[in-house]
Amino acid sequence: MAGKQPEMRSDLGLYDYLPWPNRPKITWPGNKKLAVWIAPNIEFYEYDPPDNPTRKPWARPNPDVLQYSHRDYGNRAGWQRMMAAMDAAGFRGSVSLNVALCEHHPEIIKACADRGWEFFSHGIYNTRYVYNLDIEQERAIIRDAFETVRNHTGQKLAGWLSPALSNNFWTMDILSEAGIQYTCDMFHDDQPMPVHVKSGQLISMPYSLEMNDVIVYNTQKVTPRHYGEIIKRQFDQLYKDADESGMVMCIPLHPYLVGQPHRIEAFAEAIAYISGHDGVWQTTGREIAQAYHASGAYDAMKAAIVAHHAEWGTN
Amino acid sequence: MSMPDAYLHYAERHYGMDHKRYDWSNLFERKPIAWPNGARIALSVLTHVQHFPLDMPAKPFKAPGALMMPYPDFRYYTNRDYGNRLGVYRILKVLREKGLQTSFAVNAIVADRYPAIVRAITEDGHEIVAHGLDMGKVHHSGLTVEDEQAIIAGSLDLLRQKSGQAVVGWLSPGRAQSFKTPDLLTAHGVNYCLDWANDDLPYYMHTEKGQIVSMPLAYEIDDRVAADEYFHSEPEWVQQIKDRFDVLYKEAEKYGGRVMSLPLHSWVSGMPYRIAYLCEILDYITSHQGVWTAPAHEIVTAYEAQA
Repeated sequence: MAGKQPEMRSDLGLYDYLPWPNRPKITWPGNKKLAVWIAPNIEFYEYDPPDNPTRKPWARPNPDVLQYSHRDYGNRAGWQRMMAAMDAAGFRGSVSLNVALCEHHPEIIKACADRGWEFFSHGIYNTRYVYNLDIEQERAIIRDAFETVRNHTGQKLAGWLSPALSNNFWTMDILSEAGIQYTCDMFHDDQPMPVHVKSGQLISMPYSLEMNDVIVYNTQKVTPRHYGEIIKRQFDQLYKDADESGMVMCIPLHPYLVGQPHRIEAFAEAIAYISGHDGVWQTTGREIAQAYHASGAYDAMKAAIVAHHAEWGTN
Repeated sequence: MSMPDAYLHYAERHYGMDHKRYDWSNLFERKPIAWPNGARIALSVLTHVQHFPLDMPAKPFKAPGALMMPYPDFRYYTNRDYGNRLGVYRILKVLREKGLQTSFAVNAIVADRYPAIVRAITEDGHEIVAHGLDMGKVHHSGLTVEDEQAIIAGSLDLLRQKSGQAVVGWLSPGRAQSFKTPDLLTAHGVNYCLDWANDDLPYYMHTEKGQIVSMPLAYEIDDRVAADEYFHSEPEWVQQIKDRFDVLYKEAEKYGGRVMSLPLHSWVSGMPYRIAYLCEILDYITSHQGVWTAPAHEIVTAYEAQA
């Protein structure tokens, strides 16, 4: 309805509280302790994007050539350094993909596909948000993403990270309805957790805001060498925590940031450190989601949630 | 609520870039560049020399480094002007002692207000790069073509006249452009531009009047960005520049020459407590075999000879 204010809620209402102690044990393939996955955001930001009333794509009037070119550095130069560092440490990527990049830079898609990397969707462009879309328009974007990734890579999408983390309350329902298995948009846990959806068995995949280079560099203003330290400390603690039950660590990346020459070595050293540990499962988002269901962890967590509500009289 | 259908229409969704300004290219798959005397790294030091008018407009946005206190802002007006009175000479002295020839991006109004700076720069054999008129005159698509053209022509005329140099390089205030800026630059005899931060080598951009070279100028290791946007200490800044150089130097062995750019500001690196860190950087880089330090236009010429 024109002019109607969107509904506001005090809670996302998308997941249940479940305290960490006494959760069902998660077992990863090969009895590995910690699933580590790396999610490069391979993105395309538009030169002259349309405005969205909720968020302007660029701080300056179009064309914002400084910010545009800074992002473009990732697709001309940075991705190659990032990929070399991941190859050296034996990591495949799970690409958070602005799917229009399949059309713009098929060379990058091919290099990822040749390495057996997974593609999940990060919308069409990072300069198009789902704010103010109606549900059918958002469904059209999801269909576009499935078709584009299938046509260019043969892969069926399993994961989703909303473009620029823009979301509507119905987003999780329509992702799950379309066949998406995991969302990366929520940061509430170090283990995959069930998400409330009308159909399907969507899970939230630990993705991490704080390990994300865009937050680390652009928001927290951390130095490159300290980013390497942060990654190692996060890893050391989760690796220890995972003695009890399987955990997940994600490192979300942006090649325009981590792929800069003054940043790549500290990152390369940190992921080589991780891959040197026997209890690490170097994996992808899709594989973690599959193992979570196949091992019975999904059903066990659902049952634990029911039991927790019953014990405490919550719902 | 819904968005117009156009929001889900993507007119520029096709192979390559979503504009016609330049073509996509993978840095690691280009024909290797050979710098003079087999150098692996072309070191491009570029010092900004700027004037921030006391009454600078905030529309449509302020260039970085702009005055930020209520008018009249004595604090930042004079702090920035320190760079013109002492800072630039402190940097010039370091470069002279180390025998390095570099580029200075100068707001054209500086040539009018403080011609002594232009003479000091040119006498030491450095290049003058046009840096727009002043930091209050940002280029953006809200300007008419005539207005933008007048700024560009006026800036170049002033700098060419006062310096006696051809002045063929351009850096926009705040690295901001309109859709037309590169077209207007080539129409006024500019053959390279430093605004775009997407590469570690020069490359060609298309304009209405032939091509213009886009010359690398790193964004994140700029002294002002490190100090005022990232709040990194001087030792942290030095470390990042050394790390950046090391990676480019190593890459150059396999992939051909690279450009290492070092963006400085007279009012940042020209401060007494910072200058020793600049010396440390320059000593570190130039102690390596195969580093060619040159004004940006010479690097552009070397690139064009083999492009």
